[in-house]
Amino acid sequence: MGHYIEEKGLATAGISLVRENTERIRPPRALWVPFELGRPFGAPNEPEFQTKVLLSLISLLERTDGPVILEDFDEDPPGGHSFEQAGVFCPVGFPKPPVESNTGALREIFAEIDLMQPWYNLSFDKRGRTTFGLSGLDIKEAVEFLSGFIEGNPKNPREDMTLGEFFRFTCEDVKMWYLEAATAKSDIQNSRSAADWFWGETNAGKLLLALHPKCVKHADEGVMHVGKTQLIPRSQEHLLND
Amino acid sequence: MVRLKDIPVLDAQHLREKECPIFDNEPFISGPALEDRRVAIITTAGLHRREDKNFFLKDTGYRVIPKDIDLNDIVMTHTSVNYDRTGFQQDINVVFPLDRLRELENRGKIGSIGKFHYSLMGAGWLPHEIEPTCDELAGLLREDNVNAVLLVPV
Repeated sequence: MGHYIEEKGLATAGISLVRENTERIRPPRALWVPFELGRPFGAPNEPEFQTKVLLSLISLLERTDGPVILEDFDEDPPGGHSFEQAGVFCPVGFPKPPVESNTGALREIFAEIDLMQPWYNLSFDKRGRTTFGLSGLDIKEAVEFLSGFIEGNPKNPREDMTLGEFFRFTCEDVKMWYLEAATAKSDIQNSRSAADWFWGETNAGKLLLALHPKCVKHADEGVMHVGKTQLIPRSQEHLLND
Repeated sequence: MVRLKDIPVLDAQHLREKECPIFDNEPFISGPALEDRRVAIITTAGLHRREDKNFFLKDTGYRVIPKDIDLNDIVMTHTSVNYDRTGFQQDINVVFPLDRLRELENRGKIGSIGKFHYSLMGAGWLPHEIEPTCDELAGLLREDNVNAVLLVPV
């Protein structure tokens, strides 16, 4: 994108998260940063550090030694990289693992949601925002919709998007809701722990894992595509074999 | 995550296999000092206002983020599940540093912030497929007298 936009007469400066790829593309100006994917400015709630990264980025615009500038920002975020930190954070204990039937599993997930609801509410009050709501369903409706794929073929309730797209947004909603609730007490320090907790220790995570074999063979192409590539993160695929 | 050799093998392989275009030319535009720059952000994090249409797979469109937006109004509908979103949940500025840019403007470090910023969804399309969108955005940014564009991936 840097190349295309600079070609149209506008100076650009871009963050590079994968240095090897930036070296190959050779954009006009790039600042490589050693941060994990999802955190191009280093760490949440660290305004001074974010500003440092931003100033390093915009300072590239003053350089005259182009046409290709690739600078390294070598400083780690405060507290180190989030994926390296220890820590489990969930404020509630959960009921026992799900039972075999779909109805039983749904009941267990609803119980889990009820335990976490006060924390989700607290998260919203604390942050003034939520990233939940992409599907338009409330959390229990979202879980119930997804649960329908285990033993049936739920209909698409939306006319403005395909079943596959709605399925994806509902999955995202469930993940976002859980993670916001889990971090109400204190911000997440370890992004890997957060993912491991959701996928490995929650009934909702187990539901999404159970959806995988159903979805990768689904008659709807969109649902099948989501099942294959946009349902289970690579870091959690080992759970599919458990 | 530092370099590809330092991240899980499957993730590194996926990133290595990304198409990296080779261009015939290397454009490089000079400009005024930072204090006279009008700056806009283009993010590929799939961000948009809650009432805007969600991004879909291979979506090469863009969404508009006004400079005076309440950042609490922004959601993310990027299609990839292989990056951390908890940072964004806690603080949008780790992905889209508009508050930080506003502060630099107030301090006089940059001239001004563009009236509009733009968000794309950076997955599912090949590099050449985004060129028409870039052309359109370049026109919009020039209309707004922007002379410095920050490109922010996720």
